[in-house]
Amino acid sequence: MQRLLRDPQALITGGLLLLITFAGLLAPVLSQHDPNQASLEAVNVAMGSPGHPIGGDANGRDIFARLLASINTAAISAIICSSIALVLGTVGGLIGGYFDKFRNASEWAFTLIMTFPGLLVLILLTPITRGDFRFTMAMFGVLLSPSIYRIVRNLTVAVSRELYVDAAKVSGLTNFRILARHVLSVVRGPIIVAAAFMFGSAISVQSGLAFLGLGSKETPSFGAMIAEGFRNFYISPLQYLWPALALGVINGALVLFGNALRDVLEGARPKPAPIVSKAAVDAARFDGLKPSGAALVDVRDLGVAYRMSQDEQKEVVRGVSFSVEPGETLGLVGESGSGKTQTAFAILGVLPAEAIVTRGSIVLDGNQVIGAKEREMRVLRGASVAYIPQEPMSNLDPVYTVGSQLVEGMRASTSESRGAAKARALDLLRRVGIADPERTFRSYPHQISGGMAQRVLIAGAIASKPRLLIADEPTTALDVTVQAEILDLLRDLQAEFGMGLLLVTHNFGVVADICDRVAVMRQGELVEIGNVEEIFSSPQHEYTKSLLDSILDEETVRKDPPVATVAGRAS
Amino acid sequence: MNTLLEARDLRISYAVRGFRRKPIEVIHGVNFSVSAGETLGVVGESGSGKTTLGRAVLGLAKVTGGSILLDGNEISDLKPKQRRTLASDIQVVFQDPYSSLNPALIIEDTLSEPLIVQGKTARDARAKVRSLLDAVGLPSDASNRLPREFSGGQRQRIAIARALAPAPRLIVCDEPVSALDLSTQARVLDLLIDIQRRTGVAYLFVSHDLAVVRHISHRVCVVYQGDIVEQGPTAQVTSDPEHPYTQKLLLAAPVSDPIQQEKRRAERLRLRDQHLEQNIQAGVT
Repeated sequence: MQRLLRDPQALITGGLLLLITFAGLLAPVLSQHDPNQASLEAVNVAMGSPGHPIGGDANGRDIFARLLASINTAAISAIICSSIALVLGTVGGLIGGYFDKFRNASEWAFTLIMTFPGLLVLILLTPITRGDFRFTMAMFGVLLSPSIYRIVRNLTVAVSRELYVDAAKVSGLTNFRILARHVLSVVRGPIIVAAAFMFGSAISVQSGLAFLGLGSKETPSFGAMIAEGFRNFYISPLQYLWPALALGVINGALVLFGNALRDVLEGARPKPAPIVSKAAVDAARFDGLKPSGAALVDVRDLGVAYRMSQDEQKEVVRGVSFSVEPGETLGLVGESGSGKTQTAFAILGVLPAEAIVTRGSIVLDGNQVIGAKEREMRVLRGASVAYIPQEPMSNLDPVYTVGSQLVEGMRASTSESRGAAKARALDLLRRVGIADPERTFRSYPHQISGGMAQRVLIAGAIASKPRLLIADEPTTALDVTVQAEILDLLRDLQAEFGMGLLLVTHNFGVVADICDRVAVMRQGELVEIGNVEEIFSSPQHEYTKSLLDSILDEETVRKDPPVATVAGRAS
Repeated sequence: MNTLLEARDLRISYAVRGFRRKPIEVIHGVNFSVSAGETLGVVGESGSGKTTLGRAVLGLAKVTGGSILLDGNEISDLKPKQRRTLASDIQVVFQDPYSSLNPALIIEDTLSEPLIVQGKTARDARAKVRSLLDAVGLPSDASNRLPREFSGGQRQRIAIARALAPAPRLIVCDEPVSALDLSTQARVLDLLIDIQRRTGVAYLFVSHDLAVVRHISHRVCVVYQGDIVEQGPTAQVTSDPEHPYTQKLLLAAPVSDPIQQEKRRAERLRLRDQHLEQNIQAGVT
């Protein structure tokens, strides 16, 4: 609400709407004329005539009084129409979204309503409504309810899959309470926004129908006034202007107000763009740091920061140095937020746009990565370094077959023909231990298991025979039995190709299994680096010790017997 | 020791979308029991059906055969109204500490919800919330903050506090520590054990991680493709398993020690080759 008041667009349009509404409410005070009272002296009188500030119409009625009355007609139309649409749509959406058994029934009902040609139905039903705009608007509300239903149902389906709704069920909350407390709070924002737009369309439709001459002639409304002004256009063009202007201002204000409301409630704030690009890092800073010749990758004093605001940066990697030799596996361990993944991304040159490299150097296979152009990095990223991600499934595009993605990746870095690439892809799939490569090649990602998907990604990563493989938690999403197989595979491939492997992980079991050396990170700093045996047997840094201590080792089996439950209940 | 919860020949199927499709059975008739104050660990890989077992006990998955008994009374086919009265006996801690707390509600509202449902006044509930937060090692000023202000470990403590609120006799823990960092993991497990010693609550502890299960369980059952293939005392199942699948599971879990892990890997590869050989021989003859 406060944010709404701080938004100039919301403030201006909201204020305008409020002003117009008040003018309508205060009509008896602001004008002494009855909107339907005709007097012969007032027929087509000009603006500024005594008693008629903006003149009279062809029937001698006061235009100002009629405008004020039309505001009320519009407001009543909007309120009737939107409240019916909101009530029907929300109730239907909540029930249809939350209770599986009603989902189909509600879907049918609202789809049926949607198929009615709205305006036509309203016109055809005029004899039944006897021209009363309130009935017409009520029916229009029913016709508009499916749009609200859609919004509410989709949100409800999403929320009812949340674990906190399950937890509420287990806590013994009734369905009604869950809907009112947990679901409605999520649904509320979007339907308020939808209501603002619905006000606008209700007013337009009511005016449109009145313009066509449907409905009682007794009811003053913008549409009726525009129609009369239109017929009287050559005598007194201003009669046409006033109602059209009022209608335009009201509808414009409603749409703009709805937009402002949506920005505030649904948080459509643009993210701050990066101010300096990565390439703008001062190249002079790492001149003094010459890489040692043998290392595949040599990271020196690396610093990565994220821009929080204009002049505030948060450093997530602080002065990290390490190197990986050919044929060696270095484990980069740390808890969440330690900066291990950011370090890996910096080597690959794929840090997000908000990140900046603040200092240091990364020499990958003899090339400086920091400040390198994207074109240069693309070359490096095939031939020198490849990447295996944590979530194999989300790294495969669900709409293409596994094979076409593999071939596409291979042909991006080499100039081989499609047929040659396919043959090589099949070989690679066989090499990574896939029993039926032809079939996997033709499969879509959802048809293969997580372990299989990871094998496919490994096949893609080794396709260009990279000298360094960077694997970010490659087995975390997998079952232990599959994890063991994937680690076996990585070990075999490394022996075969002599690759260096940089393995980012939080699992000390994985480190013990595959790593030669291990680097421990905490809050962006590298606290300890050394041989795997040494780190495990005699860690030097306190943090490494505490990490190793919190491992649940194999020997500790729970031995204390279940407590005798005298009291019987927890309290 | 008195049996608190018992499952007999429990079967669970999921309906498949589409006209006249057959439902898929994911649990094929399993038996297990949890005594008062005891932890039963349920180990299995993804898709084994271990989570479904927990959800069935909670009444969130529909049971299609067999029975679940609490104190000897059938609870698998209760009407919603009767089911709700069980809230004071069976509670839950979920895996994901992020989606298991409503982001729009302050901690006090989340925690007092089950209490108010049980008919406590708002003031009593507030006092109880303070003691619950204390029991899980969170400061009492946590109560009027939103979930996003807490770390994963702290959120999981809040979820445990919510489960403790109605003073249940059984808490179903569905992978409660697998989303947490190593050091946080150990602390949350210790908290759970500590609470159990203090209050005598029983746990049905579902996890894919043998080390975690070993740490907290008195007994363990191993779920594989919808069947319980092995169950018994923790020490026996996790150090000297009988079923080939449990053996495989055990050898696949890496030890956090490079030298021991090398031995384990050799052992695993030996066992794998042995199986392969057997399969080949079986195929030939």
